[in-house]
Amino acid sequence: MAKLSVDDLATIRQQRAESVAFTDRTYCLICGGTGCHATGSIAVKDALAREVDAKGLGEKVKIIETGCNGFCAMGPLLVVQPGDFFYEKLSVDDIPELVEQQLINNQPVERLLYKDPVSKKVIASQNDIPFFTHQMPRALRNKGRIDPEDIHDYIARDGYLAAAKALFELQPEEIVEQMKISGLRGRGGAGFPTGLKWEFAKNSPGDVKYVLCNADEGDPGAFMDRSILEADPHAVLEGMIIAARAIHSSKGYIYVRTEYPLAVHRLGIAIRQATELGLLEDDILGSGFNLHIEIYQGAGAFVCGEETALMRSIEGKRGMPRPRPPFPAHKGLWEKPTILNNVETYANVPQIILNGGDWYASVGTETSKGTKVFALSGDVNNIGLVEVPMGTPLRTIVYDIGGGIPKKRKLKAVQLGGPSGGCIPAQLVDTPVDFEAIVKAGAIMGSGGAIVMDEKTCMVDMARFFMDFVQDESCGKCTPCREGTRRQLQILERICAGSGEPSDLDTLEDLAVVIRSASLCGLGQTGPNPVLSTLRYFMDEYQAHIVEKRCPAKRCVALLKFEVNTDACTKCGACFRACPSEAIEWKKKEVARIEKEKCIQCMTCFEKCKFDAID
Amino acid sequence: MTHALQPAHPDITEEMWSKITTVIADNKGKPGSIITVLRECQDIVGYLPVQLMDFISAGMNLPSSEVFGVASFYALFSMQPKGRHLIKLCMGTACYVKGIKESLVRIKNRYQLEEGSTSEDRRFSLEAVRCLGACGLAPVMVVDADTHGAISSDTVLDVLDRYE
Repeated sequence: MAKLSVDDLATIRQQRAESVAFTDRTYCLICGGTGCHATGSIAVKDALAREVDAKGLGEKVKIIETGCNGFCAMGPLLVVQPGDFFYEKLSVDDIPELVEQQLINNQPVERLLYKDPVSKKVIASQNDIPFFTHQMPRALRNKGRIDPEDIHDYIARDGYLAAAKALFELQPEEIVEQMKISGLRGRGGAGFPTGLKWEFAKNSPGDVKYVLCNADEGDPGAFMDRSILEADPHAVLEGMIIAARAIHSSKGYIYVRTEYPLAVHRLGIAIRQATELGLLEDDILGSGFNLHIEIYQGAGAFVCGEETALMRSIEGKRGMPRPRPPFPAHKGLWEKPTILNNVETYANVPQIILNGGDWYASVGTETSKGTKVFALSGDVNNIGLVEVPMGTPLRTIVYDIGGGIPKKRKLKAVQLGGPSGGCIPAQLVDTPVDFEAIVKAGAIMGSGGAIVMDEKTCMVDMARFFMDFVQDESCGKCTPCREGTRRQLQILERICAGSGEPSDLDTLEDLAVVIRSASLCGLGQTGPNPVLSTLRYFMDEYQAHIVEKRCPAKRCVALLKFEVNTDACTKCGACFRACPSEAIEWKKKEVARIEKEKCIQCMTCFEKCKFDAID
Repeated sequence: MTHALQPAHPDITEEMWSKITTVIADNKGKPGSIITVLRECQDIVGYLPVQLMDFISAGMNLPSSEVFGVASFYALFSMQPKGRHLIKLCMGTACYVKGIKESLVRIKNRYQLEEGSTSEDRRFSLEAVRCLGACGLAPVMVVDADTHGAISSDTVLDVLDRYE
């Protein structure tokens, strides 16, 4: 294929203008993210293609498999444009009716359209759905709109225009300057100013420098980076080109975790297409500038999200962190000056260069500019990907976008920042999304995992869960992290098992202080956060476990009695029908009874009982 | 040359050896490629027996200790044989909050499995894995290449019955 020039980019934009505006025919945008694939979107897409062919609509209707749409819990998803009709939870059987009504008669199929989970009202247009109306897509601007496997779609949406500007119109110092004005801070968790990081690497002497992209999204409950890579891989590549131009680098690596096969696949296609069109490798757009990008797959080690560990891993070693300084901007991969940015950070870069740093900084708070993507999950009605301006209160995310807590339960906490973060309790749900404000509330912004927990979540068990994760992922290089996290886990396990002692609480805090201040890398320095934040806000639950030997949320098996509370039992028999080991005796209009000898303590009855009648 | 060192191993066929030799030849001398080589070899054989790691270290001209060090560091690599079907239960926060623990208990009881172990008939291997990033479908179980979302303790065994 011929290599493109800047003029060719403009031609493609012109040719595809109607197509990306959805004005030349009907478009069926079917979500092809990991979530929708798992719920059967490929079968739905194939059925749709067959039906469209059978009805002779091939000319008038175009089917596009997009990347992650973001509204993951509703899959398989289909958006029909123009009209913005949003169909949810489709199955292959729905397709004939959908084609007949929507595509031939132009009548939306009401029963398949989105329904508000609370009011049960049908909302036809994607833009009217509360989940989307409160969002401001910037890093996610192309999500669900383009075919991630067709570079022309990306180019038509102003793709590679920023790279052209960076290569032909801007000097490296001007790029750095715009990045600094934008106020963009690293989206991987630590929030270091991106412009400053680039400036250090730019000024660092050396002929060989590296640009790295951190796609080792390891925080449990975080899937922002996966979705960006699946939906808009070229935005990340373009961000890397601009970064490389700023620091004079000609070699880049994208470090992707091995758990994300679809992201790796789409990135591979993107790199191949960009290379064919002369947007990567040698003489990009005829500018004389070169950048070779390689995908490097991780092998399942959480600590490799830490920058020095990630570089060790690319070098083919055990991914263990090393002390800094020297910082990677001076000595990074293979001892050469290196910058490492997160996927979401890179995805923001083209927009900043195109529209200017001031534009980016026009939304946000004093110290946190722009937007942030969150992966909203857990006990919340609308699960999915959410991009909001910095400064948005958590309440807006949980209630307006997330649609509140299911099953009429109450909010207990929002966990931010994964194993390095903390739980923000319900009484602080008005905390704005801002690096500093979140730290003040006892968590960290982190990479963007936001897990909503309802009243049925045991916070001691959550602390144990995160500590189990941290101690398992500790690389073992430094003692405070290796041993300290293990001791903390043992104590938490003991408390959950009902043999906690009052002195355990002091020991947990003492250990936390030591691990925090004496560990080498971010994993250890932030590892005790989940323990500290739960101690701070949920001391009553710890006390209940230790003193009363009771788990208020009824999650810690060792502290449960497996007895039916005869006053609360409504004699409905739901537990009896669900019990897998026939350990429950029940007759119509009689209170249920659990036979302890047969009970395998699987907790199914706790799940099934709607009246909280089992203790 | 490396072919001469090729040890006999019950789980590695002649065809596998030839693929392994190609992988090593493609990556030899490429700095930092050992993780890729181990991954590809594991994909071929299913796991990494000690004899295979020794063969790789000879082929790549790296000390055995280094190859073993890398293989034991990363969770992806297994030195134990795997069952016909690999069950991965996501232990990410979202799945945990939504009650994957109960499903895990049911699987363990039914097939006499522990996390990281393989059933005696080699039908299933069970792994509790890190967040799969499919939190929208929580709780999530992956069997071989199939992702099963919103599993619960009363449906999980029916799903597994489909895998012989």
